[in-house]
Amino acid sequence: MKLPKITDAKLERIVSVLLRSGVVISAVVVFAGGVYYMARHGSERADHHTFRGEPSVDRIVDQIVAGAFSLRARSIIQLGLLLLIATPIARVAVSLAGFALERDRTYVVITAIVLTVLLYSLISGAVQG
Amino acid sequence: MTVAEFTPIVFAAALLAGFLGALTGLGGGVIVTPVLALFLGVDLRYAIGASLVSVIATSSGAAAAYVRDGYSNIRIGMFLEIATTLGAVLGAFLATHIPIRYLSVLFGIILLQAAWQTSRPRKDVSVMHPPDSLADRLKLNGIYNSSDGPQPYSVYHVKTGFGLMFGAGAVSGLLGIGSGSLKVIAMDQAMRIPFKVSTATSNFMIGVTAAASASVYLSRGYIDPAVAMPVMLGVLAGSVIGSRYLARLSVPLLRKIFAVVVSLVGLEMIFNGITGRI
Repeated sequence: MKLPKITDAKLERIVSVLLRSGVVISAVVVFAGGVYYMARHGSERADHHTFRGEPSVDRIVDQIVAGAFSLRARSIIQLGLLLLIATPIARVAVSLAGFALERDRTYVVITAIVLTVLLYSLISGAVQG
Repeated sequence: MTVAEFTPIVFAAALLAGFLGALTGLGGGVIVTPVLALFLGVDLRYAIGASLVSVIATSSGAAAAYVRDGYSNIRIGMFLEIATTLGAVLGAFLATHIPIRYLSVLFGIILLQAAWQTSRPRKDVSVMHPPDSLADRLKLNGIYNSSDGPQPYSVYHVKTGFGLMFGAGAVSGLLGIGSGSLKVIAMDQAMRIPFKVSTATSNFMIGVTAAASASVYLSRGYIDPAVAMPVMLGVLAGSVIGSRYLARLSVPLLRKIFAVVVSLVGLEMIFNGITGRI
């Protein structure tokens, strides 16, 4: 099978579209969650003076997704934020595929290292908690 | 304050921070955090978490435009991201273990450095010594479109730059900012990358660097959706507007005024950190 030919310029264009869509989609989700949050909790007291930390907010991907599907306003906002965090990670994954298709071995290794650090941080932090 | 009052006030502050951040090249994150912490009484940890999220949004948005215009060097970015992401994970880990008084002092120092950096003109320095052979092996040298047509450039001091970028990543993870002003030192001054290329490439890297620490912040409960929502949307909208004006506006005077304001805020952060009022 012949692999599709890819150039740096083409790769840059794909990366550009990916970044822009990621930001737009996450901003829309955060905005929708925000409007809903304001409608439901607008009259509550906003207290962010003291740090309550871990138990007060969803921190793990499972909780966030489950919360968003049961239409918890805060979870919908966090789902948008997760999509935002995922955007640069997806960008690195696309670059990895791009360098592999260009058969640029040095940069496959370099990009794989970066992706590993990102996934390690994501999985040890946001997935397992 | 109720949620219905707090949210629009934070949105407006973030909008202004994003606007000024884009105009002065400082970035919105480094401005919005002290505003939240000093003036709106938000706990520094929530401010840092919200700012980090906004940093991902603005840098990814800006990077999309720069990449399309061909200014950013994907290879330089990718290579240095090894340093910045490792630094960011370390920084975020340290942030969750250091008392916020110290974070406040460090934030103040970074603001002073950023103020000093923006008030200086950025010029490309031509160098005579031979380029770094490591830059050759890593294919970091490139060509960019300057006002006089395509201009080839070489990259110097790759190891020093890499080390400095680790530091910039650590500060980014510690304080939830893009550390643009530290990246300038690494990329412009050490590696001698033309500043158009270094600005674009650093923007390209900031999102990835911030994503590395964002997961740690998320798992520690630093990212409160009620704070992060207006901050992210405000900074993003402000920086989009700011970058539109950037092309039409001459900003040297604004930069000078701003450098003074940022220095004062920096001193206030240091003072509050030392006296434990943060």
